[in-house]
Amino acid sequence: MSDHDLPILTTTVEKVVQWARRSSVWPVTFGLACCAIEMMAMSAGRYDIARFGAEVFRGSPRQSDLMIVAGRLSRKMAPVLRRIYDQMPEPKYVISMGACASVGGVFDNYAIVQGVDQVVPVDVFVPGCPPRPEALIYGIVQLQRKIDQQRSFV
Amino acid sequence: MQATEIIEVLSRALSVEAARFEAVESRDGMPTVYAPRDLLLEASRVLRDAPELRFVFLADVTAVDYHPRDPRFEVLYLLACPGVAGYGDTPKRLRLKVRAGELDHVPSVSSVWQAANWGEREVYDFFGVHFDGHPDMRRILMPDDWEGFPMRKDYPVQINQRVKTYAPLQVSEEEFVANVEAARTSARKD
Repeated sequence: MSDHDLPILTTTVEKVVQWARRSSVWPVTFGLACCAIEMMAMSAGRYDIARFGAEVFRGSPRQSDLMIVAGRLSRKMAPVLRRIYDQMPEPKYVISMGACASVGGVFDNYAIVQGVDQVVPVDVFVPGCPPRPEALIYGIVQLQRKIDQQRSFV
Repeated sequence: MQATEIIEVLSRALSVEAARFEAVESRDGMPTVYAPRDLLLEASRVLRDAPELRFVFLADVTAVDYHPRDPRFEVLYLLACPGVAGYGDTPKRLRLKVRAGELDHVPSVSSVWQAANWGEREVYDFFGVHFDGHPDMRRILMPDDWEGFPMRKDYPVQINQRVKTYAPLQVSEEEFVANVEAARTSARKD
């Protein structure tokens, strides 16, 4: 193998890794409020997130790549969310679903965390109250584009 | 059954003046009675056990904060008599109220109605009203280390505080018991 062939081979491995990661984004089962109903609708037959390879909701954070924070996060729940996030293996992604998770929504009060980015790093914010399943699918597609641009071997 | 009749039964059973209790008009027609704090426990027992009353069911315990007014709080007990065999002749309801200031302690009725246990804990959690003789007086909904009582009128709606994202991974059985005990003693103290 000559020297100038090497970069081509490396780029290809990176593309394969990116393709593998974005095509099987498995979310952790973590519904906090009414947004979780839309999340379930998204995973069910009508909207069918299986088309994008993300249909396998895992019961354990240790088997998941994605956390969809679906609903308002109370201050009492924040340590629990953080622990589940910490238990997920790298690489991991977070989607903040809906107004409550993103900025507190209508719950502008003492008990609710005003944005889950205070607790975990968020990759994609999905607006809506609640977002329609299409909106969440769009969020997942945006996340897939983000993963596609992620450099794994720098 | 009118509120005045209920007060009559109460004052006769407790052999106190009827004036110690107070009946008030309510818009929904539900009999409403104010009880003095020192007679609450005995009155509750009579309300539950007297054959003509038999309010065996405590539906709810809650409180209202009338902030600038003194005494500040009113604790409400919503009672019901099912009116089935062995539990009273006719179905009836009663709204029992107790006035309490910020530093006053209210006797716990959890020995009369078991349902009062969590209800009184909730009132303590949100309003900071203390119940004497409660078996487990500590917060029920807010985190144990929460400061202040959120449903009080002078509690801010929004608070500017860092979110706590860390809780100990695991506590031993002794630590767990010690935590619960500490929450109880702090609840009794302040």
